[in-house]
Amino acid sequence: MNGTTPAPETMKSATELVVERPGEFARENYLSIHRGVRAWLLTKDHKRIGLLYLGTILIFFLIASVAAALMRIELLTPQPKLVTSETYNKLFTIHGVLMVWFFLIPSIPTVLGNFVLPMMIGARDVAFPKLNLMSWYIFVAGGALALWSLIRGGVDTGWTFYTPYSTTYANTHVISMAAGVFVAGFSTIVTGINFIVTTHKMRAPGLTWFRLPLFVWSLYATSLIMVLATPVLAITLALISVERFWGVGIFDPKLGGDPVLFQHLFWFYSHPAVYIMILPGMGVISELITCFSRKRIYGYAWVGSASMAIAILGFMVWGHHMFVSSQSVYAGMIFSILSFLVAVPSGIKVFNWTATLHKGSIHFATPMLYALGFIGLFTIGGLTGLFLAALAVDVHVHDTYFVIAHFHYIMVGGMVMAFMGGLHYWWPKISGRLYPEFAGKLAAMITFIGFNLTFFPQFILGYLGQPRRYHIYPPEFQIFHVLSTAGASVLGIGYLMPLIYFIWSWRRGRAAGPNPWRATGLEWQTSSPPPEHNFEQTPIVTGPPYSYSAEKDVDLNLASI
Amino acid sequence: MEEVVQPKVYVRTCIALLVLLAVTWSIGYINLGPFNLIVALAVSIAKAIVIALFFMHIKGSSRILHLAAVAGVIWLLIMISLTLGDYISRGWVPLNH
Repeated sequence: MNGTTPAPETMKSATELVVERPGEFARENYLSIHRGVRAWLLTKDHKRIGLLYLGTILIFFLIASVAAALMRIELLTPQPKLVTSETYNKLFTIHGVLMVWFFLIPSIPTVLGNFVLPMMIGARDVAFPKLNLMSWYIFVAGGALALWSLIRGGVDTGWTFYTPYSTTYANTHVISMAAGVFVAGFSTIVTGINFIVTTHKMRAPGLTWFRLPLFVWSLYATSLIMVLATPVLAITLALISVERFWGVGIFDPKLGGDPVLFQHLFWFYSHPAVYIMILPGMGVISELITCFSRKRIYGYAWVGSASMAIAILGFMVWGHHMFVSSQSVYAGMIFSILSFLVAVPSGIKVFNWTATLHKGSIHFATPMLYALGFIGLFTIGGLTGLFLAALAVDVHVHDTYFVIAHFHYIMVGGMVMAFMGGLHYWWPKISGRLYPEFAGKLAAMITFIGFNLTFFPQFILGYLGQPRRYHIYPPEFQIFHVLSTAGASVLGIGYLMPLIYFIWSWRRGRAAGPNPWRATGLEWQTSSPPPEHNFEQTPIVTGPPYSYSAEKDVDLNLASI
Repeated sequence: MEEVVQPKVYVRTCIALLVLLAVTWSIGYINLGPFNLIVALAVSIAKAIVIALFFMHIKGSSRILHLAAVAGVIWLLIMISLTLGDYISRGWVPLNH
């Protein structure tokens, strides 16, 4: 079906499709229709697969968070007290590998994307439902391999697996860990293909490309990166195994290889992977800002095109990770200029979100607090990225805590805030119930404060010269590490609270009704929780997204939740 | 839309790949100087084209699939050209020993 098919007379427009009265819990829904473990493990329903992913990535998030907590406790004192140097190396590797590949990359696309993408475009499911389930099984297999390496003793190379250490000198379980990441990569590729085809082929009648919600645009851009970049990671990790097993000279200079080649190949994937992590978050923010300002997005085409520009430009900047790696200074200059360029579409997005707020009817609901937090923290993370893109400044702060702070502002301050905002926003649709609004707001603010307390001191630490990946440091840095550990404890509370009240609200929360936020997206034009095939009738779309202006003074009645 | 592919297409693809493999193998025994690399790369590219066009059915498929395939090639060129940009220009700055 394509977006311009004229609508048959029997179809109703999206706004007429409200099936339930507000505040009513749909008894017949995707959760109630089939019960039992078997029904879950063999499901082809995109919504259930989204929830399977949610459970799985939370397990990895928990393990990686424990690794982070142990590191932060260790760093309270300048001398080692808790763990040996070897264990510390393994801890930061576990934290990095699990957080990047088993939490951040799958988080928004596979959980929120799986759940809402088909509903946002008015489809009954994704284009390939069986492939969708297969991607989850592949992901679990990859995760199992990673956990297996962990149980056997872990890996100490850092999440970047830099050669020649990883191929020649490391006596840890590099191959099985790399195999885990390799396998999980296929899950990413399969999801990417599924989303691309779904967006091309499954849009409801009247839903043209420029009527798509911006979350769909950002998932589309993300999927392109997934499909184009992940195979390079797969082949790079395979080459590591080839060198380790058979001694073929690829990266090891002693065998005639080049270690910098590994960095080229690794970052050709891993820098675009940063955009796999942040682009879906940006899409979520566009949904939240418009809904809770009751306004159309400012500059729709610009925000959508900026996603595509980031996806494409993001492939040409990887060398900025390699300014001090003996990479040619001329290549460094090119990569530096290209890195500055990628800030332009990111800036366009930030300005357009801010302009959307202007004269909006702003509701400080929980998802909106996360969205506003995202804008501030992403801006700090993005601007400090420009420091790192400047050749000379990078020499000073390379491999210091400045870099750690920078990418945590993007990944945690940006991506995780967006994920939490999106999870709160769509929770009434997922569960059919509302979470306690006051606890939600409190958790959002605790997260914001805890995050800044954790990572802002690390900018100063890095600027003063503390290198990353060391657990012994000069005593004058202790105050910053103590602040950071204190912040991490606060941040931990900010993450535990939603876990508790989401579980509580799953059974006991007040019924949400089809559209508690009075939002305009198609996913809100069906009951909550949705029926197995999403819509009773295929919706037709007659106008642009985010047509909020007509109901500017709507009362979301948040106080009573 | 897509054409139905006859089994003989796969047989021909397989034969073509085996012939190209024989070429790769045999030039390993002949010293062509710098041309060994060029011929080996040319044969590899020919193999990739045969696989993409016939085995993967790019030939005769819709234009959007052509676009997807071309995008893959362009991305490969981005990777190779920017990486080689580093290797080629490394010697341009004289080292002060």
